[in-house]
Amino acid sequence: MKTKVFPGFHEAVADIPDGATIMIGGFGHAVDKPQNLIRALRDHGAKGLTMIVNGAGVSGSLGIGSLGGKPFIDEEILLENRQIKKAICSVPASLVMSKPGAFERQYLAGEAELEYVPQGTLAERIRAGGAGLGGFYTPTGVGTLVEKDKEKRIIDGEEMLLEFALRADYALIKAHRADKMGNLVYRGIMRSFNAVMATAAKVVIVEAEQIVETGELDPEIIVTPGIFVDRIVEMPNRREE
Amino acid sequence: MKARLDRQTIALRVAKEFEDGAVVNLGGGIPALTANFVPEGKTVIFHAENGVLGFGGVPPEPEQSPYFLGANGVPFSRLPGMSFFDHAQSFAMIRGGHIDISVLGALQVSEKGDLANWTFPERGIGNIGGAMDLAAGCRRIIVAMEHVTPKGQLKILKKCSYPLTASRCVELIVTDIAVVQVTSDGLVLRETAPGWTAEEVQAFTEPKMLISIDLKEIEL
Repeated sequence: MKTKVFPGFHEAVADIPDGATIMIGGFGHAVDKPQNLIRALRDHGAKGLTMIVNGAGVSGSLGIGSLGGKPFIDEEILLENRQIKKAICSVPASLVMSKPGAFERQYLAGEAELEYVPQGTLAERIRAGGAGLGGFYTPTGVGTLVEKDKEKRIIDGEEMLLEFALRADYALIKAHRADKMGNLVYRGIMRSFNAVMATAAKVVIVEAEQIVETGELDPEIIVTPGIFVDRIVEMPNRREE
Repeated sequence: MKARLDRQTIALRVAKEFEDGAVVNLGGGIPALTANFVPEGKTVIFHAENGVLGFGGVPPEPEQSPYFLGANGVPFSRLPGMSFFDHAQSFAMIRGGHIDISVLGALQVSEKGDLANWTFPERGIGNIGGAMDLAAGCRRIIVAMEHVTPKGQLKILKKCSYPLTASRCVELIVTDIAVVQVTSDGLVLRETAPGWTAEEVQAFTEPKMLISIDLKEIEL
């Protein structure tokens, strides 16, 4: 079997073409972001990307979601490098209103597109995509601007909106440990969007804090089975502190 | 000016609503402060949308870890019985009715219980985050907020003018001057802050409120 272990982050993202749709995992905290893969994608330079992500790079430079407010890398570096055409996300605006982020500035200037998705709808659309479904009906967003142009049905007496599944060409994922088969375990809050997105892209690229030999992870505790994962790279400094 | 309750005291009043064993999700701002005021003898299981149930308060600095931060980025301590999960499951809990109480901040609340708390038109952009799911899915929605804006604009209105988070979802509004319940007959003023009369609270509230027959001072 061809190895899934890649020697470096740059090699792991080298084939991402212009115009690709990319999922980027995490909630928006330092340990849940695949920071090295994001930096490698910035260096790689693919343009016109659509990113499916919880927050459009709104927390890293503010240091919200790290210990002691230490800044960390997030999607904002891709925006500053003008690589993002569109964001499909739930948190596009800066968490501190007086400090607008790169996405917010580009969106308000008409330079980037935005599809607002409530966070739970985003997670479920991705889950549905990974599970081979076309979509689902949800009560979230009824009576709000989210319902615009969506089919509405009354199910068990409750109004619901039809939401379609999301899939991507690539997913950039952060994990705690990976074995060489690609089986993943996470730590603490790291699962967030990582474990969901790992099921929903054609090519799933994982930044692992540690790669271990196959067989070292207890099969009872695997969160992401290895068949979902295509590429694994080990972090040089294994942990975020 | 009459004294208004401070944010900590609003949080203290909100926490009195927590039943023993309740599963509770807290939004940012005043709602997050309620975690410090869980009534003695009651156990509350806190849920954070980034995938944690059953976490504790902020631990001393040496025990803080970047792997254990709540949705607001604040460190939590690990308690026996806590669990971690992914976002799809986290929001399955929310939409699926498995979270008993959601405490949210608000920009505006209508007399029908409509909630607007994610943006206002002048900003041109806003963060829906998990608010629409929480408002649509949790059993009880409690709003914790100041009664009027810093500029004195009313926030409890006949109809929200800002984009909605969800319609007809708010059950209770706890502010710095009153506790107001949303009922099918309209808003009911249940409690007033010390020194405030019903008429004085009404003056800062656009819809006409019904006055509870057992109107009392906010119990702290």
